[in-house]
Amino acid sequence: MQYAIRARDLAKQYQIGAIKQRNAGYVTLRDAIVERLRGRRDKPAATELWALNGVSFDVQQGEVVGIIGRNGAGKSTLLKVLSRITEPTRGRAELYGRVASLLEVGTGFHPELTGRENIYLNGAILGMRKREIDRNFDAIVDFAEVAQFIDTPVKFYSSGMYVRLAFAVAAHLEPEILIVDEVLAVGDARFQKKCLNKMQDVGQQGRTVLFVSHSMQSILRMCQRAILLNQGTVVADGPAQQVVGVYLGKGAHSIAERVWPERAGAPGKEVAYLRAVRVRDADGDISDTIDIRSPVTIEMEFTVTLGGYVLLPHFRLYNEDNVAVFTTLDLDPEWRRRPRPPGKYCARVTIPGNFLAEGSLYVEAALTTLDPPVKQFAERDAVAFQVIDSLEGDTARGDWAGSLSGVVRPVLPWTTTYEPLA
Amino acid sequence: MATLEPPSTSITSTPSSTSPEMSLTPIIIEPRKGWWQFNWRDLWVYRELLFFLVWRDVKVRYKQTLLGASWAIIQPVLQLVVFTIIFGRLAGVNTNGIPYPLFNLAGLLPWQFFANTVGQAANSLVGSANIVRKVYFPRLAIPTASVLAGVVDFGLSFLILLALMVWYQWPPTPAVFLLPIFLALAMITALGVGYWLSAINARYRDVRHATPFLVQLWLFATPVVYPSNLIEGYWQLLYALNPMVGVVEGFRWALIGTQPPSMLLLVSVTTAITIFFTGLLYFQSVERKFADVI
Repeated sequence: MQYAIRARDLAKQYQIGAIKQRNAGYVTLRDAIVERLRGRRDKPAATELWALNGVSFDVQQGEVVGIIGRNGAGKSTLLKVLSRITEPTRGRAELYGRVASLLEVGTGFHPELTGRENIYLNGAILGMRKREIDRNFDAIVDFAEVAQFIDTPVKFYSSGMYVRLAFAVAAHLEPEILIVDEVLAVGDARFQKKCLNKMQDVGQQGRTVLFVSHSMQSILRMCQRAILLNQGTVVADGPAQQVVGVYLGKGAHSIAERVWPERAGAPGKEVAYLRAVRVRDADGDISDTIDIRSPVTIEMEFTVTLGGYVLLPHFRLYNEDNVAVFTTLDLDPEWRRRPRPPGKYCARVTIPGNFLAEGSLYVEAALTTLDPPVKQFAERDAVAFQVIDSLEGDTARGDWAGSLSGVVRPVLPWTTTYEPLA
Repeated sequence: MATLEPPSTSITSTPSSTSPEMSLTPIIIEPRKGWWQFNWRDLWVYRELLFFLVWRDVKVRYKQTLLGASWAIIQPVLQLVVFTIIFGRLAGVNTNGIPYPLFNLAGLLPWQFFANTVGQAANSLVGSANIVRKVYFPRLAIPTASVLAGVVDFGLSFLILLALMVWYQWPPTPAVFLLPIFLALAMITALGVGYWLSAINARYRDVRHATPFLVQLWLFATPVVYPSNLIEGYWQLLYALNPMVGVVEGFRWALIGTQPPSMLLLVSVTTAITIFFTGLLYFQSVERKFADVI
């Protein structure tokens, strides 16, 4: 295997004092001279901040690696160092191949220039040769879906068109190493999907992709491997699923519980509104990591404000590929077909162990009146949890340690008949 | 770890058609040491970017303004009128029989090229902050493009001079073929000053207020509105330290046949080259910090 990136002990230091000054305004020559005249050459109590502190990793050619971590963990600094925008204070990295970084789409777009002109300008800024742009020009216009406006200045573009064109240029770069930061946070859902597919193609063409995102779904869908950063150091590095699990377990707040303390802001309509959604493990504790063998209970608290309707609380579970695994409706016989009086309710469902597949599951909590069918709330990604397969031999994977596909992973009875060879 | 997955589109290594030579020489990222580490290879790799930046500057300038390309003509013409009235008529500057407008414009053209491009270059880095913070490329391309784009304006305003020469029936001297050399000298000076100012400006934002003032003073230290023979004796040596003196003198001599530049031209050339290289040096020494401070 060939290396694409080798990073050794990368570190980047910022002066907090300098950052403060920069945020307040700008450093001026006048200040600098005055400071020097006063003899304060050493900056007043400038604290050092290590945005990166000893980051090492190797990436093989063709790998798609996700970089995750909380805000301020050093993700963006790492990408900036690797894309040579800023220099490391210490350490070394080797990049084998042409690098293109997409830290923001539309970098260098000029509003006065037409779509056509901006494709060339932006392409050149991103490091494309004119010949390359010529070759890809039609594909870019096609991908961006702006063919009829290609000779219109981009200042007349809608923001959607602008972003599409910008991404299209970037998507047609042909670097060996592509560094991407959150660019997919823009555009409509359909176009986002298109971008994700395009990036997956890039990975499959043997190119290396480093991808920073806050969307665990995108990370899990795109990347085989993930690196978790915290306070400038690598906390975890391994298969994306496990690293995401580590990250979600250590996040700032549990994603296994979501509470809407006030009516205002809570999802809901005139009949009912949502108050809380929780994931509980077999012991009844709120938990976002569930052993694949144990049952998991999901509950929703809601308040009925207008009585007299038959209600259908339900959960829908999505996996990281955005596939709806199943929908489960409240079948509690006590309330089924019975109009509910106003009051506080808590509806629970227990999903048996050895049923869900390993990975992240995102819970949509929803409630509908039966007649007329009016959706009161439907909260996508209300809570999420990880199903972890412990590899102890008593799960559906048996003694197999490799990957297993499928949206569910039941333990099923197998029987075998045997006849010796004649 | 083996896989049980169906053989989906597996990762195949398609050798990229773009740059086969790249895999041999990795890009090394590490803190730069020393004071002279110039990345010439990147400058060459990104030569097309320089072209596109120049093209953008020119295109946007002529697209955005109401008057378009005529701006490059109106500006020097108005300046010429003002100077002719004040210095030609009122002050009565002695130009040895050369019509004052002709005398003035032959110096004004290279001067305006210098003054405009220095002004553009000084603000170029800060003006491109959004690109500098997001993409890597040799930052030197930005102020360089500002100066190169000025050549187009220069070419346009040069037409006025041609018209004026036809009007006064003043044929150029045979030395007119040396004109590109003097333009190159103006360019080297503008690049040098542009590198200095753009880099300082990126660090200290108040410098931009000082730039127009500096350029204004510089105008009067250059023989644009008056002939250089007003300066006498040892002062000439000091005067020649201003590279624009050599440029303006050279332009006048090559175009309208004033006295040829003396050996003091060598002083101008030396300062121009010094400004250029020190500017380059300063620029690249602060270049690595641009993304952090801009």
